[in-house]
Amino acid sequence: MFPKGMPRNAGWWALLMPAFLLLTVFYVAPILQVLSISFTEPELGFGNYERILTNRSVQRTLMTTGRIAGITTVLALLLGYAVAYSVTMASERARRWWILCVLVPLWISVLVRAFAWVTLLRRQGLINDALMGAGVIQEPLELVWNEFGIIVGMVHYMVPYAVLPMLSTMREIDPRLMTAARGMGASRWVVFSRVFLPLSLPGVVAAAVLVFIFSLGFYVTPAILGGGKTLMVAEWISVQILDLIRWGFGTMMATVLVVTILVTLGGFSRVVNMRKLFGGGG
Amino acid sequence: MEGAYKPGWFARSTGLIVALYLVLPILIVLPVSLTDQRFLSLPRETLSLQYYRNLFSSPEWFSSILQSFWIALGSTTLAVVAGTLFAIAAWRLDRRLVNLMRALMLLPLIVPSIVYAIGLYRYFRWWDLLDRVLGVIIAHGVTAIPYVVITVSTALAAFDPRLEQAARGMGASLPQLLRWVILPRIMPGIVSGAIFAFIHSWDELVIVLFIASRDVFTLPRRIWDGINENVDPTMAAVAVLLVVFTVLLLLADLTVRKKRDS
Repeated sequence: MFPKGMPRNAGWWALLMPAFLLLTVFYVAPILQVLSISFTEPELGFGNYERILTNRSVQRTLMTTGRIAGITTVLALLLGYAVAYSVTMASERARRWWILCVLVPLWISVLVRAFAWVTLLRRQGLINDALMGAGVIQEPLELVWNEFGIIVGMVHYMVPYAVLPMLSTMREIDPRLMTAARGMGASRWVVFSRVFLPLSLPGVVAAAVLVFIFSLGFYVTPAILGGGKTLMVAEWISVQILDLIRWGFGTMMATVLVVTILVTLGGFSRVVNMRKLFGGGG
Repeated sequence: MEGAYKPGWFARSTGLIVALYLVLPILIVLPVSLTDQRFLSLPRETLSLQYYRNLFSSPEWFSSILQSFWIALGSTTLAVVAGTLFAIAAWRLDRRLVNLMRALMLLPLIVPSIVYAIGLYRYFRWWDLLDRVLGVIIAHGVTAIPYVVITVSTALAAFDPRLEQAARGMGASLPQLLRWVILPRIMPGIVSGAIFAFIHSWDELVIVLFIASRDVFTLPRRIWDGINENVDPTMAAVAVLLVVFTVLLLLADLTVRKKRDS
Protein backbone atom coordinates (compact mmCIF):
# COMPACT_ATOMS: atom_id res chain seq x y z
CA MET A 1 0.00 0.00 0.00
CA PHE A 2 2.73 2.45 0.96
CA PRO A 3 6.44 2.50 0.17
CA LYS A 4 8.36 0.52 2.79
CA GLY A 5 9.82 2.40 5.70
CA MET A 6 7.07 5.00 5.84
CA PRO A 7 4.97 5.25 8.97
CA ARG A 8 1.56 3.64 8.61
CA ASN A 9 -0.37 6.90 8.64
CA ALA A 10 1.95 8.94 6.41
CA GLY A 11 -0.58 9.04 3.58
CA TRP A 12 -3.28 10.52 5.82
CA TRP A 13 -0.90 13.11 7.25
CA ALA A 14 0.01 14.11 3.69
CA LEU A 15 -3.66 14.81 2.99
CA LEU A 16 -3.75 17.31 5.86
CA MET A 17 -0.88 19.27 4.42
CA PRO A 18 -2.33 21.34 1.54
CA ALA A 19 -4.90 23.05 3.77
CA PHE A 20 -2.47 23.35 6.66
CA LEU A 21 0.28 24.93 4.54
CA LEU A 22 -2.13 27.27 2.73
CA LEU A 23 -3.50 28.46 6.02
CA THR A 24 -0.11 28.88 7.67
CA VAL A 25 1.55 30.68 4.78
CA PHE A 26 -1.35 32.78 3.52
CA TYR A 27 -3.47 33.30 6.61
CA VAL A 28 -1.61 32.93 9.88
CA ALA A 29 1.60 34.58 8.66
CA PRO A 30 -0.03 37.87 7.52
CA ILE A 31 -1.99 38.05 10.77
CA LEU A 32 1.08 37.44 12.91
CA GLN A 33 2.74 40.20 10.93
CA VAL A 34 -0.08 42.56 11.90
CA LEU A 35 0.43 41.68 15.56
CA SER A 36 4.17 42.24 15.36
CA ILE A 37 3.93 45.58 13.51
CA SER A 38 1.94 46.94 16.45
CA PHE A 39 5.03 46.49 18.64
CA THR A 40 7.67 47.61 16.12
CA GLU A 41 6.34 50.66 14.29
CA PRO A 42 7.05 53.53 14.54
CA GLU A 43 9.48 52.31 17.23
CA LEU A 44 10.07 49.18 19.26
CA GLY A 45 7.98 48.87 22.42
CA PHE A 46 4.51 49.36 23.82
CA GLY A 47 4.20 52.99 22.63
CA ASN A 48 1.13 52.27 20.50
CA TYR A 49 -0.61 50.59 23.39
CA GLU A 50 0.00 53.51 25.76
CA ARG A 51 -2.20 55.54 23.42
CA ILE A 52 -5.21 53.53 24.61
CA LEU A 53 -4.84 55.41 27.90
CA THR A 54 -4.13 58.84 26.43
CA ASN A 55 -5.67 59.16 22.97
CA ARG A 56 -9.25 60.46 22.87
CA SER A 57 -9.97 59.11 19.38
CA VAL A 58 -8.95 55.58 20.40
CA GLN A 59 -11.06 55.71 23.54
CA ARG A 60 -14.08 57.12 21.74
CA THR A 61 -13.86 54.41 19.06
CA LEU A 62 -13.60 51.64 21.65
CA MET A 63 -16.57 53.04 23.56
CA THR A 64 -18.69 53.42 20.43
CA THR A 65 -17.84 49.91 19.27
CA GLY A 66 -18.60 48.36 22.64
CA ARG A 67 -21.88 50.24 22.93
CA ILE A 68 -23.10 49.43 19.40
CA ALA A 69 -22.02 45.78 19.66
CA GLY A 70 -23.75 45.48 23.03
CA ILE A 71 -27.03 47.04 21.87
CA THR A 72 -26.95 44.98 18.68
CA THR A 73 -26.41 41.77 20.66
CA VAL A 74 -29.33 42.43 23.02
CA LEU A 75 -31.74 43.36 20.21
CA ALA A 76 -30.64 40.49 17.94
CA LEU A 77 -31.13 38.04 20.83
CA LEU A 78 -34.64 39.30 21.62
CA LEU A 79 -35.77 39.26 18.00
CA GLY A 80 -33.93 36.01 17.27
CA TYR A 81 -35.50 34.32 20.28
CA ALA A 82 -38.97 35.14 18.99
CA VAL A 83 -38.12 33.61 15.61
CA ALA A 84 -36.40 30.53 17.03
CA TYR A 85 -39.36 29.95 19.36
CA SER A 86 -41.81 30.25 16.47
CA VAL A 87 -39.77 27.81 14.35
CA THR A 88 -39.58 25.27 17.18
CA MET A 89 -43.31 25.40 17.80
CA ALA A 90 -44.31 25.44 14.14
CA SER A 91 -45.65 22.45 12.23
CA GLU A 92 -43.27 20.54 9.96
CA ARG A 93 -44.58 22.33 6.84
CA ALA A 94 -44.55 25.85 8.28
CA ARG A 95 -41.11 25.21 9.70
CA ARG A 96 -39.59 25.03 6.20
CA TRP A 97 -40.87 28.52 5.38
CA TRP A 98 -39.59 29.88 8.66
CA ILE A 99 -36.13 28.46 8.07
CA LEU A 100 -36.11 29.96 4.59
CA CYS A 101 -36.90 33.36 6.17
CA VAL A 102 -33.76 32.95 8.28
CA LEU A 103 -31.38 31.35 5.77
CA VAL A 104 -32.06 33.59 2.78
CA PRO A 105 -31.14 36.84 4.57
CA LEU A 106 -28.12 35.07 6.08
CA TRP A 107 -26.63 34.39 2.66
CA ILE A 108 -27.72 37.52 0.80
CA SER A 109 -24.79 39.84 0.15
CA VAL A 110 -24.15 42.22 3.04
CA LEU A 111 -23.74 45.01 0.47
CA VAL A 112 -27.18 44.37 -0.99
CA ARG A 113 -28.68 44.53 2.48
CA ALA A 114 -26.88 47.75 3.41
CA PHE A 115 -27.98 49.23 0.09
CA ALA A 116 -31.59 48.25 0.78
CA TRP A 117 -31.43 50.02 4.13
CA VAL A 118 -29.99 53.17 2.54
CA THR A 119 -32.89 53.14 0.07
CA LEU A 120 -35.36 52.90 2.92
CA LEU A 121 -33.83 55.18 5.54
CA ARG A 122 -32.12 58.12 3.81
CA ARG A 123 -33.57 61.65 3.87
CA GLN A 124 -35.43 61.24 0.57
CA GLY A 125 -35.84 57.52 1.27
CA LEU A 126 -38.99 55.45 1.11
CA ILE A 127 -39.82 55.67 4.83
CA ASN A 128 -39.42 59.45 5.06
CA ASP A 129 -41.35 59.83 1.78
CA ALA A 130 -44.19 57.69 3.05
CA LEU A 131 -44.38 59.43 6.43
CA MET A 132 -44.29 62.92 4.89
CA GLY A 133 -46.81 61.91 2.24
CA ALA A 134 -49.14 60.74 4.99
CA GLY A 135 -48.61 64.00 6.84
CA VAL A 136 -47.22 62.33 9.95
CA ILE A 137 -44.03 64.42 9.89
CA GLN A 138 -43.09 67.75 8.30
CA GLU A 139 -39.31 67.40 8.27
CA PRO A 140 -37.56 64.17 7.18
CA LEU A 141 -36.26 62.11 10.10
CA GLU A 142 -32.53 61.46 10.45
CA LEU A 143 -32.68 57.68 10.18
CA VAL A 144 -29.31 56.91 8.65
CA TRP A 145 -25.69 58.08 8.75
CA ASN A 146 -25.83 57.93 12.52
CA GLU A 147 -25.82 55.30 15.25
CA PHE A 148 -29.50 54.52 14.75
CA GLY A 149 -28.92 53.55 11.12
CA ILE A 150 -25.93 51.39 12.04
CA ILE A 151 -27.91 49.51 14.68
CA VAL A 152 -30.91 48.92 12.40
CA GLY A 153 -28.63 47.46 9.72
CA MET A 154 -26.45 45.45 12.12
CA VAL A 155 -29.38 43.89 13.97
CA HIS A 156 -30.84 42.92 10.59
CA TYR A 157 -27.55 41.25 9.70
CA MET A 158 -27.12 39.49 13.06
CA VAL A 159 -30.62 38.08 13.75
CA PRO A 160 -30.02 34.95 11.59
CA TYR A 161 -26.74 34.30 13.44
CA ALA A 162 -28.65 34.59 16.72
CA VAL A 163 -31.42 32.26 15.55
CA LEU A 164 -29.29 29.30 14.48
CA PRO A 165 -27.62 28.36 17.81
CA MET A 166 -30.83 29.07 19.76
CA LEU A 167 -32.83 26.96 17.34
CA SER A 168 -30.52 23.96 17.64
CA THR A 169 -30.78 24.11 21.44
CA MET A 170 -34.56 24.56 21.43
CA ARG A 171 -35.10 21.61 19.12
CA GLU A 172 -33.34 19.35 21.58
CA ILE A 173 -35.81 20.23 24.35
CA ASP A 174 -38.12 17.27 24.94
CA PRO A 175 -41.65 18.50 24.11
CA ARG A 176 -43.11 16.03 26.61
CA LEU A 177 -41.72 18.23 29.41
CA MET A 178 -44.05 21.05 28.38
CA THR A 179 -46.98 18.66 28.03
CA ALA A 180 -46.27 17.28 31.50
CA ALA A 181 -46.03 20.76 33.02
CA ARG A 182 -49.35 21.71 31.51
CA GLY A 183 -50.90 18.47 32.68
CA MET A 184 -49.84 19.32 36.21
CA GLY A 185 -51.71 22.59 35.97
CA ALA A 186 -49.02 25.10 35.01
CA SER A 187 -50.27 28.16 33.16
CA ARG A 188 -48.95 29.14 29.74
CA TRP A 189 -46.57 31.67 31.28
CA VAL A 190 -45.27 29.27 33.92
CA VAL A 191 -44.61 26.55 31.32
CA PHE A 192 -42.57 29.04 29.31
CA SER A 193 -40.71 30.78 32.11
CA ARG A 194 -40.02 27.77 34.37
CA VAL A 195 -39.55 25.00 31.78
CA PHE A 196 -38.81 26.20 28.26
CA LEU A 197 -36.78 29.35 28.96
CA PRO A 198 -34.24 27.76 31.35
CA LEU A 199 -33.69 24.83 29.00
CA SER A 200 -33.08 27.18 26.07
CA LEU A 201 -30.53 29.34 27.94
CA PRO A 202 -27.39 27.54 26.67
CA GLY A 203 -28.46 28.43 23.13
CA VAL A 204 -29.03 32.05 24.16
CA VAL A 205 -25.52 32.29 25.62
CA ALA A 206 -23.98 30.73 22.50
CA ALA A 207 -25.92 33.14 20.29
CA ALA A 208 -24.84 36.10 22.44
CA VAL A 209 -21.16 35.17 22.13
CA LEU A 210 -21.44 34.66 18.37
CA VAL A 211 -23.32 37.91 17.67
CA PHE A 212 -21.12 39.97 19.98
CA ILE A 213 -17.81 38.87 18.46
CA PHE A 214 -19.14 39.29 14.92
CA SER A 215 -20.42 42.77 15.78
CA LEU A 216 -17.10 43.92 17.24
CA GLY A 217 -15.15 43.56 14.01
CA PHE A 218 -17.90 44.37 11.53
CA TYR A 219 -16.88 46.65 8.67
CA VAL A 220 -19.28 46.95 5.75
CA THR A 221 -22.63 47.78 7.35
CA PRO A 222 -21.31 50.38 9.86
CA ALA A 223 -19.20 51.99 7.12
CA ILE A 224 -22.17 52.40 4.77
CA LEU A 225 -24.92 53.21 7.28
CA GLY A 226 -22.67 55.27 9.57
CA GLY A 227 -21.73 57.64 6.77
CA GLY A 228 -18.20 58.17 8.10
CA LYS A 229 -19.41 60.06 11.17
CA THR A 230 -19.77 57.22 13.67
CA LEU A 231 -16.60 55.12 13.46
CA MET A 232 -16.48 51.59 14.78
CA VAL A 233 -13.17 49.78 15.28
CA ALA A 234 -12.96 48.15 11.84
CA GLU A 235 -13.55 51.39 9.93
CA TRP A 236 -11.23 53.27 12.27
CA ILE A 237 -8.45 50.75 11.48
CA SER A 238 -9.04 51.17 7.77
CA VAL A 239 -8.82 54.98 8.07
CA GLN A 240 -5.53 54.68 10.00
CA ILE A 241 -3.97 52.37 7.40
CA LEU A 242 -5.33 53.69 4.09
CA ASP A 243 -5.76 57.43 4.74
CA LEU A 244 -3.33 58.32 7.52
CA ILE A 245 -0.78 55.55 6.87
CA ARG A 246 -0.23 55.04 10.60
CA TRP A 247 0.55 51.34 10.60
CA GLY A 248 1.59 51.03 14.22
CA PHE A 249 -1.59 52.69 15.40
CA GLY A 250 -3.89 50.73 13.10
CA THR A 251 -2.33 47.34 13.85
CA MET A 252 -2.45 48.08 17.59
CA MET A 253 -6.22 48.43 17.35
CA ALA A 254 -6.41 45.27 15.19
CA THR A 255 -4.48 43.39 17.88
CA VAL A 256 -6.79 44.71 20.61
CA LEU A 257 -9.76 43.55 18.51
CA VAL A 258 -8.40 40.02 17.96
CA VAL A 259 -7.38 39.62 21.60
CA THR A 260 -10.81 40.80 22.82
CA ILE A 261 -12.53 38.30 20.54
CA LEU A 262 -10.28 35.38 21.52
CA VAL A 263 -10.63 36.18 25.23
CA THR A 264 -14.41 36.36 24.91
CA LEU A 265 -14.48 33.01 23.12
CA GLY A 266 -12.03 31.48 25.60
CA GLY A 267 -13.99 32.77 28.57
CA PHE A 268 -17.19 31.19 27.32
CA SER A 269 -15.66 27.96 26.02
CA ARG A 270 -16.51 26.31 29.35
CA VAL A 271 -20.16 27.31 29.04
CA VAL A 272 -20.60 27.04 25.30
CA ASN A 273 -19.74 24.09 23.10
CA MET A 274 -17.50 25.90 20.59
CA ARG A 275 -17.33 22.91 18.34
CA LYS A 276 -21.09 22.91 18.01
CA LEU A 277 -21.21 26.68 17.61
CA PHE A 278 -18.95 26.58 14.57
CA GLY A 279 -20.30 23.25 13.39
CA GLY A 280 -17.06 21.35 14.02
CA GLY A 281 -18.76 18.07 13.14
CA GLY A 282 -16.71 14.87 13.10
CA MET B 1 -46.15 19.43 20.13
CA GLU B 2 -49.35 17.60 21.02
CA GLY B 3 -50.82 18.42 24.39
CA ALA B 4 -48.55 21.38 25.06
CA TYR B 5 -49.74 24.97 24.77
CA LYS B 6 -49.73 26.30 21.24
CA PRO B 7 -47.75 29.56 21.10
CA GLY B 8 -49.95 32.48 22.15
CA TRP B 9 -50.82 35.55 20.10
CA PHE B 10 -47.86 37.48 21.49
CA ALA B 11 -45.24 34.88 20.51
CA ARG B 12 -46.80 34.34 17.10
CA SER B 13 -47.12 38.00 16.16
CA THR B 14 -43.62 38.86 17.41
CA GLY B 15 -42.13 36.01 15.38
CA LEU B 16 -44.05 37.13 12.31
CA ILE B 17 -42.99 40.78 12.67
CA VAL B 18 -39.34 39.78 13.00
CA ALA B 19 -39.60 37.56 9.92
CA LEU B 20 -41.03 40.53 7.99
CA TYR B 21 -38.20 42.75 9.29
CA LEU B 22 -35.74 40.16 7.94
CA VAL B 23 -37.29 39.72 4.52
CA LEU B 24 -39.13 42.92 3.51
CA PRO B 25 -36.14 45.32 3.34
CA ILE B 26 -34.45 42.92 0.94
CA LEU B 27 -37.56 42.61 -1.24
CA ILE B 28 -37.92 46.39 -1.49
CA VAL B 29 -35.06 46.52 -4.03
CA LEU B 30 -37.32 44.80 -6.59
CA PRO B 31 -39.88 47.62 -7.06
CA VAL B 32 -37.12 50.22 -6.77
CA SER B 33 -35.20 48.57 -9.61
CA LEU B 34 -38.29 48.90 -11.82
CA THR B 35 -38.76 52.62 -11.17
CA ASP B 36 -39.50 55.09 -13.95
CA GLN B 37 -37.90 57.91 -11.94
CA ARG B 38 -34.30 59.06 -12.22
CA PHE B 39 -33.48 58.52 -8.56
CA LEU B 40 -33.99 55.76 -5.98
CA SER B 41 -37.73 55.60 -5.45
CA LEU B 42 -40.79 53.47 -6.04
CA PRO B 43 -42.21 53.56 -9.58
CA ARG B 44 -44.74 56.42 -9.96
CA GLU B 45 -46.45 56.17 -13.36
CA THR B 46 -45.29 52.93 -14.91
CA LEU B 47 -42.81 50.10 -14.53
CA SER B 48 -39.62 50.47 -16.48
CA LEU B 49 -36.76 48.15 -17.37
CA GLN B 50 -34.40 51.01 -18.22
CA TYR B 51 -32.00 50.29 -15.36
CA TYR B 52 -31.68 46.65 -16.35
CA ARG B 53 -30.85 47.83 -19.89
CA ASN B 54 -28.32 50.23 -18.31
CA LEU B 55 -26.78 47.39 -16.40
CA PHE B 56 -26.51 44.96 -19.30
CA SER B 57 -25.12 47.56 -21.69
CA SER B 58 -22.45 48.73 -19.27
CA PRO B 59 -19.01 47.25 -19.99
CA GLU B 60 -17.84 48.09 -16.43
CA TRP B 61 -20.55 46.08 -14.70
CA PHE B 62 -20.15 43.25 -17.17
CA SER B 63 -16.39 42.96 -16.71
CA SER B 64 -16.79 43.09 -12.92
CA ILE B 65 -19.37 40.30 -12.98
CA LEU B 66 -17.10 38.19 -15.16
CA GLN B 67 -14.04 38.84 -13.01
CA SER B 68 -15.93 38.03 -9.79
CA PHE B 69 -17.17 34.82 -11.37
CA TRP B 70 -13.70 33.58 -12.33
CA ILE B 71 -12.25 34.55 -8.96
CA ALA B 72 -15.08 32.74 -7.15
CA LEU B 73 -14.58 29.66 -9.34
CA GLY B 74 -10.83 29.60 -8.72
CA SER B 75 -11.04 30.13 -4.98
CA THR B 76 -13.85 27.57 -4.65
CA THR B 77 -11.68 24.95 -6.38
CA LEU B 78 -8.78 25.74 -4.08
CA ALA B 79 -10.93 25.62 -0.94
CA VAL B 80 -12.79 22.44 -1.95
CA VAL B 81 -9.66 20.44 -2.74
CA ALA B 82 -7.69 21.53 0.32
CA GLY B 83 -10.67 21.51 2.69
CA THR B 84 -12.04 18.11 1.62
CA LEU B 85 -8.68 16.34 1.88
CA PHE B 86 -8.14 17.95 5.26
CA ALA B 87 -11.57 17.01 6.61
CA ILE B 88 -11.17 13.38 5.51
CA ALA B 89 -7.70 13.01 7.00
CA ALA B 90 -8.71 14.76 10.22
CA TRP B 91 -11.70 12.44 10.57
CA ARG B 92 -9.52 9.36 9.99
CA LEU B 93 -6.64 10.36 12.27
CA ASP B 94 -8.75 12.04 15.01
CA ARG B 95 -6.15 12.85 17.64
CA ARG B 96 -5.14 15.82 19.72
CA LEU B 97 -2.72 17.46 17.30
CA VAL B 98 -5.21 17.06 14.45
CA ASN B 99 -8.00 18.63 16.46
CA LEU B 100 -5.74 21.60 17.14
CA MET B 101 -5.19 21.89 13.41
CA ARG B 102 -8.95 21.74 12.90
CA ALA B 103 -9.38 24.64 15.32
CA LEU B 104 -6.77 26.54 13.28
CA MET B 105 -8.89 25.94 10.15
CA LEU B 106 -11.80 27.77 11.81
CA LEU B 107 -9.77 30.95 12.45
CA PRO B 108 -10.99 32.73 9.29
CA LEU B 109 -14.54 32.56 10.67
CA ILE B 110 -13.51 34.14 13.96
CA VAL B 111 -10.88 36.75 13.12
CA PRO B 112 -12.52 39.84 11.54
CA SER B 113 -11.66 40.19 7.87
CA ILE B 114 -10.41 43.75 8.40
CA VAL B 115 -7.47 42.34 10.42
CA TYR B 116 -6.63 39.83 7.70
CA ALA B 117 -7.07 42.47 5.00
CA ILE B 118 -4.54 44.93 6.44
CA GLY B 119 -2.15 42.03 7.02
CA LEU B 120 -2.41 40.91 3.40
CA TYR B 121 -1.98 44.48 2.17
CA ARG B 122 1.58 44.35 3.50
CA TYR B 123 2.26 40.68 3.01
CA PHE B 124 1.17 40.52 -0.63
CA ARG B 125 3.41 43.42 -1.62
CA TRP B 126 6.29 41.19 -0.69
CA TRP B 127 4.88 38.29 -2.76
CA ASP B 128 4.04 40.70 -5.60
CA LEU B 129 0.39 39.59 -5.44
CA LEU B 130 -1.24 43.01 -4.92
CA ASP B 131 -3.88 43.91 -7.49
CA ARG B 132 -3.60 40.47 -9.11
CA VAL B 133 -6.42 38.01 -9.74
CA LEU B 134 -4.24 35.20 -8.39
CA GLY B 135 -3.79 37.07 -5.12
CA VAL B 136 -7.55 37.45 -4.65
CA ILE B 137 -8.11 33.77 -5.52
CA ILE B 138 -5.62 32.73 -2.84
CA ALA B 139 -7.08 35.09 -0.22
CA HIS B 140 -10.67 34.04 -0.90
CA GLY B 141 -9.73 30.36 -1.20
CA VAL B 142 -7.93 30.30 2.14
CA THR B 143 -10.77 32.06 3.95
CA ALA B 144 -13.32 29.67 2.38
CA ILE B 145 -11.58 26.51 3.66
CA PRO B 146 -13.54 26.51 6.96
CA TYR B 147 -16.89 26.32 5.14
CA VAL B 148 -15.73 23.20 3.27
CA VAL B 149 -14.13 21.62 6.34
CA ILE B 150 -17.39 22.09 8.29
CA THR B 151 -19.77 20.70 5.66
CA VAL B 152 -17.51 17.77 4.75
CA SER B 153 -16.89 16.91 8.43
CA THR B 154 -20.64 16.88 9.00
CA ALA B 155 -21.08 14.51 6.05
CA LEU B 156 -18.27 12.26 7.35
CA ALA B 157 -19.89 12.01 10.79
CA ALA B 158 -22.56 9.86 9.13
CA PHE B 159 -20.02 7.67 7.31
CA ASP B 160 -19.56 4.12 8.56
CA PRO B 161 -15.83 3.65 9.27
CA ARG B 162 -16.15 -0.11 8.73
CA LEU B 163 -16.58 0.56 5.02
CA GLU B 164 -13.11 2.05 5.02
CA GLN B 165 -11.65 -0.89 6.96
CA ALA B 166 -13.31 -3.34 4.58
CA ALA B 167 -11.86 -1.59 1.54
CA ARG B 168 -8.44 -1.52 3.15
CA GLY B 169 -8.74 -5.19 4.01
CA MET B 170 -9.38 -5.98 0.38
CA GLY B 171 -6.17 -4.21 -0.56
CA ALA B 172 -7.37 -0.78 -1.71
CA SER B 173 -4.66 1.86 -1.91
CA LEU B 174 -5.23 5.30 -0.42
CA PRO B 175 -6.13 6.93 -3.77
CA GLN B 176 -8.48 4.03 -4.61
CA LEU B 177 -10.07 4.28 -1.19
CA LEU B 178 -10.69 7.99 -1.63
CA ARG B 179 -11.92 7.74 -5.18
CA TRP B 180 -14.23 4.72 -4.86
CA VAL B 181 -15.30 4.54 -1.23
CA ILE B 182 -15.11 7.85 0.62
CA LEU B 183 -15.69 10.59 -1.97
CA PRO B 184 -18.94 9.19 -3.43
CA ARG B 185 -20.41 8.93 0.05
CA ILE B 186 -19.63 12.50 1.09
CA MET B 187 -20.35 14.18 -2.26
CA PRO B 188 -23.41 16.13 -0.96
CA GLY B 189 -21.25 17.63 1.81
CA ILE B 190 -18.60 18.62 -0.71
CA VAL B 191 -21.18 20.25 -2.99
CA SER B 192 -22.65 22.18 -0.03
CA GLY B 193 -19.19 23.37 0.93
CA ALA B 194 -18.48 24.40 -2.66
CA ILE B 195 -21.70 26.45 -2.81
CA PHE B 196 -20.87 28.28 0.42
CA ALA B 197 -17.26 28.85 -0.66
CA PHE B 198 -18.53 30.29 -3.95
CA ILE B 199 -20.98 32.68 -2.26
CA HIS B 200 -18.23 33.70 0.20
CA SER B 201 -15.88 34.76 -2.58
CA TRP B 202 -18.62 36.24 -4.76
CA ASP B 203 -19.73 38.59 -1.94
CA GLU B 204 -16.37 39.33 -0.32
CA LEU B 205 -15.53 43.04 -0.12
CA VAL B 206 -13.19 43.90 2.75
CA ILE B 207 -10.12 41.94 1.58
CA VAL B 208 -10.57 43.16 -2.00
CA LEU B 209 -10.75 46.78 -0.84
CA PHE B 210 -7.22 46.41 0.49
CA ILE B 211 -5.43 44.15 -2.00
CA ALA B 212 -6.95 45.40 -5.27
CA SER B 213 -6.60 48.74 -6.98
CA ARG B 214 -6.84 49.22 -10.75
CA ASP B 215 -6.78 45.84 -12.45
CA VAL B 216 -8.94 43.84 -10.08
CA PHE B 217 -12.38 45.40 -9.84
CA THR B 218 -14.78 42.76 -8.53
CA LEU B 219 -18.55 43.11 -8.39
CA PRO B 220 -18.70 43.91 -4.63
CA ARG B 221 -16.10 46.64 -5.14
CA ARG B 222 -18.16 48.18 -7.91
CA ILE B 223 -21.29 48.05 -5.73
CA TRP B 224 -19.35 49.64 -2.88
CA ASP B 225 -18.22 52.49 -5.13
CA GLY B 226 -21.78 52.85 -6.41
CA ILE B 227 -23.23 53.15 -2.93
CA ASN B 228 -20.60 55.66 -1.82
CA GLU B 229 -20.58 57.84 -4.92
CA ASN B 230 -23.79 57.97 -6.90
CA VAL B 231 -26.80 56.08 -5.66
CA ASP B 232 -28.72 55.51 -8.89
CA PRO B 233 -31.39 52.85 -9.51
CA THR B 234 -28.98 50.72 -11.57
CA MET B 235 -27.67 49.59 -8.17
CA ALA B 236 -31.13 48.29 -7.33
CA ALA B 237 -31.11 46.23 -10.54
CA VAL B 238 -27.73 44.77 -9.54
CA ALA B 239 -29.10 44.01 -6.08
CA VAL B 240 -32.10 42.16 -7.55
CA LEU B 241 -29.86 40.02 -9.74
CA LEU B 242 -27.61 39.19 -6.77
CA VAL B 243 -30.59 38.24 -4.59
CA VAL B 244 -31.97 35.96 -7.32
CA PHE B 245 -28.56 34.38 -7.84
CA THR B 246 -28.04 33.70 -4.11
CA VAL B 247 -31.54 32.25 -3.71
CA LEU B 248 -30.92 29.90 -6.65
CA LEU B 249 -27.65 28.71 -5.10
CA LEU B 250 -29.39 28.15 -1.75
CA LEU B 251 -32.17 26.17 -3.42
CA ALA B 252 -29.50 24.05 -5.12
CA ASP B 253 -27.98 23.45 -1.69
CA LEU B 254 -31.37 22.45 -0.20
CA THR B 255 -31.90 19.97 -3.05
CA VAL B 256 -28.49 18.41 -2.42
CA ARG B 257 -29.24 18.12 1.30
CA LYS B 258 -32.61 16.53 0.67
CA LYS B 259 -30.94 13.91 -1.52
CA ARG B 260 -28.41 13.22 1.21
CA ASP B 261 -31.06 12.85 3.89
CA SER B 262 -33.25 10.48 1.88
